[in-house]
Amino acid sequence: MQTIKSIWQKNWLGYLFLSPWLIGLLCLTAIPMAASLYLSFTNYDMFTAPQWVGFENYGDMFDDRKWLASVKVTAIFVFLGVPLQLSFALAIALLLNKGISGLKVYRAAYYVPSLFGGSVAIAILWRQLFGGDGLVNHALSLVGIEGMNWIATPDTALYTLVVLTVWQFGAPMVIFLAGLQQIPVDLYEAARIDGANKMKQFISITIPMLSPIIFFNLIMQIIASFQAFTQAYIVSGGTGGPLNSTLFYTLYLYQKGFTHFQMGYASAMAWILLFAIAIITALVFASAKKWVYYQE
Amino acid sequence: METQKVSMSAKINRKTKTKTSKVRVSTPIKHLIIIALGILMLYPLIWMVSSSFKPDEEIFTNPSFWPETFTWDNYIQGWAGLSGVSFGKFFLNSIFLVTMAMIGNVLSGSMAAYAFAKLDFAFKKILFALMLMTLMLPFHVTVIPQYILFNEIDMVNTYWPLIIPKFLAVEGFFIFLMVQFIRGIPGELMQAAEIDGCGPIRMYWKLILPLALPAVITTMIFTFIWTWNDFFGQLLYLSDINKYTVALGLRMFLDAMGQNSWGAMFAMSTLSLVPLFTVFIFFQKYLIEGIATGGLKG
Repeated sequence: MQTIKSIWQKNWLGYLFLSPWLIGLLCLTAIPMAASLYLSFTNYDMFTAPQWVGFENYGDMFDDRKWLASVKVTAIFVFLGVPLQLSFALAIALLLNKGISGLKVYRAAYYVPSLFGGSVAIAILWRQLFGGDGLVNHALSLVGIEGMNWIATPDTALYTLVVLTVWQFGAPMVIFLAGLQQIPVDLYEAARIDGANKMKQFISITIPMLSPIIFFNLIMQIIASFQAFTQAYIVSGGTGGPLNSTLFYTLYLYQKGFTHFQMGYASAMAWILLFAIAIITALVFASAKKWVYYQE
Repeated sequence: METQKVSMSAKINRKTKTKTSKVRVSTPIKHLIIIALGILMLYPLIWMVSSSFKPDEEIFTNPSFWPETFTWDNYIQGWAGLSGVSFGKFFLNSIFLVTMAMIGNVLSGSMAAYAFAKLDFAFKKILFALMLMTLMLPFHVTVIPQYILFNEIDMVNTYWPLIIPKFLAVEGFFIFLMVQFIRGIPGELMQAAEIDGCGPIRMYWKLILPLALPAVITTMIFTFIWTWNDFFGQLLYLSDINKYTVALGLRMFLDAMGQNSWGAMFAMSTLSLVPLFTVFIFFQKYLIEGIATGGLKG
């Protein structure tokens, strides 16, 4: 009995403070994950009892043209949007870094789109901007270019959303700026004495010293981009159109799970998403050995 | 929401800043580029605000900043809302939801953070690792069973499914943020309080929470922004128009009015951004520093 008592005395306080989180972990994360995995092997539809269908949901996906479209759309969005956004973020951070006066004002101004970017309001604005008689076409007509309805054209709709992501480069930019400020000035001075020009300094000092931050931004933006939803929903009115060109993976998952109530299928989709994110994150982590430089 | 969420992973208690450059060079050309680019970026926003004061037909013909005819009509029409529910109602609903979310995240997050940072208990390391793993988890793998669960207990179309997770610290990011901060609180301070007869619960309430105020404020700001901007969760759980938030109200506007009423839509969109902008203006320091120190190693 003594031991039980002493175990209790040692642990009760920690677990008391941990209890809300533990309950959440159990009831809102762990059990739902297990349930989701189970449901992904069933044909559950909310109204009738789930029936085991084995790997049918997973197999069906590869014959589902809309699913394939959503994978393609999401892949383009992630692999085009993230590098572009981070390049912009880095370029502007470099521009702002070199002891420029008014840094705080500029930084705040460039950050504003990141603050607003995820909102419904901005998605609505985007719909107007890139619409047939939107602001973008107005601007183009000033220089004699005839625009089109970018949102309603399947070939361009997705790219208006890529632009929206790139537009929100402020948050990674702020992180890059903080990272740049931690690079010791001596390194540049030593390089200057050795006769290295600006370009050489950038490649041999800035990039390696900044690589852990680039890595962090890359991982975080990839994970976030895979889960993008609001902008595609609002811009396409919830359809993912035109011709599925803005059918983000999460939007299709939402349609399957909560409009068609094919919850088994939607659960399987969620697990594929989890695996996709895990594999790509793991690849980036594996590549880190080659290009991320950690000082010790 | 996610963009900001992921771009910080605070180490807010460590701030080392080395001066980059000894010479302050401010070439006018550089300023010119930065300003031009900034205007290009912000112009859509500025234009939206100015267009909210233009009559509908002018929005499509006048790409300039200044309205030819200035009108408040869009705001009056927009504020009236739809189906007899005014936009004011949506604002109140959003404010309620955001307030509850802030209280929930601060309480549950700081409690867990206190345990991880300062208390000893079995399986601490494993649990902490689990918490870090949930940071990377896309919420889609849990959202369907969560929906079924909340549906079973008749909570769909209430605010509970949006509030309960906050009180159960489901957003582990905030735990992480506060753990980093609370770890920096000196142990001597806590020992001194203990000698003075301060029990562990009072310690949390009277010592830890006040000392962790910067992290608490950062948590509140980010909870505010993410909950205000959240769309997926609100779309999923709220279906009664009387319970609609600003985000849902805007979406309904877009569906109901389509292309016919951009003026009113811009007016309400502008209003919906005002709280975010206000928070940004007043708490910029916490926000930028939270993000800035977030991505840094060490």
